[in-house]
Amino acid sequence: MVGILIVSHSPEIARGTKKLAEQMIQEPIPLKAVGGTDDGRLGTNANLIYEALDKMEKEDGIIILTDLGSANMNVQLALEWFSEKEREKFKIANAPLVEGAVLGVVESSLEHNLEEVLQVIESEDILIKNNS
Amino acid sequence: MTTEIMTIFDKVSDEVITNKEYLTDLDSSIGDGDHGINMARGFSKVKEKIAETTFEGNSQFLKTIAMTLISTVGGASGPLYGTAFLNASKVVSDDNISYDNLIQVGESIIEGIKKRGKAELGEKTMLDTIIPAVNSLKESKSKGINLKPALKNCLKAAEEGMKATIPIIATKGRASYLGERSKGHQDPGATSSYIVIKTIIDEIL
Repeated sequence: MVGILIVSHSPEIARGTKKLAEQMIQEPIPLKAVGGTDDGRLGTNANLIYEALDKMEKEDGIIILTDLGSANMNVQLALEWFSEKEREKFKIANAPLVEGAVLGVVESSLEHNLEEVLQVIESEDILIKNNS
Repeated sequence: MTTEIMTIFDKVSDEVITNKEYLTDLDSSIGDGDHGINMARGFSKVKEKIAETTFEGNSQFLKTIAMTLISTVGGASGPLYGTAFLNASKVVSDDNISYDNLIQVGESIIEGIKKRGKAELGEKTMLDTIIPAVNSLKESKSKGINLKPALKNCLKAAEEGMKATIPIIATKGRASYLGERSKGHQDPGATSSYIVIKTIIDEIL
């Protein structure tokens, strides 16, 4: 199953988003959340992101969801520490963090492949909050 | 030579730590207000590394600085300064750092930051200090100006670049969320880059 890594500046947002996503599924999928710096402040850390990705099941690929700018930079840096072959397994999603995580785990649990999951969470429909 | 670069970066660390409040104040106006804290934490660790490590050469030294900042900084400055020093470590000479090598190091730093931050000159970022500084050094070299006066020109260009960020509306980083409100404030990243460049040049001169 496709894995999902949640990366936020805030440890609480990371943990909370993971919890919300877990509510949606009965059987676990590869899902991890990283938030904050190594000393618990707001921020992101490339080492922590690398360690989380390294421990995850990568067989069917991993989608990475980020919140703000430097989360993305640290993810990119962490990805550079993997081999080229491993890097092909990772995709940074152009998707909102919470909606992306919730819909992403559902799609993954339905055993959709990496491209299919990405297509759903990167769709513009996901952003509609007011359709009245 | 490695002793020299160690002394320079020990001083750079002191200056960054001394300017913690100033950088944080600048960042509070247009960002998330943690630039000073982040940089001071990173460079405190750099100071520790310098004190406790035996380095084989300039390249290994800069690589260690890069990895230390990446591991400890937290904000965007971690991956940005980290990538900058990582790139520098790949081209720096382990012997005497020549005029040409200094330019090469400068260019590799710009390339690293551009790649990591997807930014260009004039976007209210650290590049607004670094690009004019490196360009000035290149220009001096091509005009046959000696290294010492060239470094003085370089520092002036860096300062002008930093100050030129004041009227710019940010389109990169957290400041970009503020749009018009980011106008009239000097960029914290451009400022910390100036502090680093100034300290290096002051130490060489």
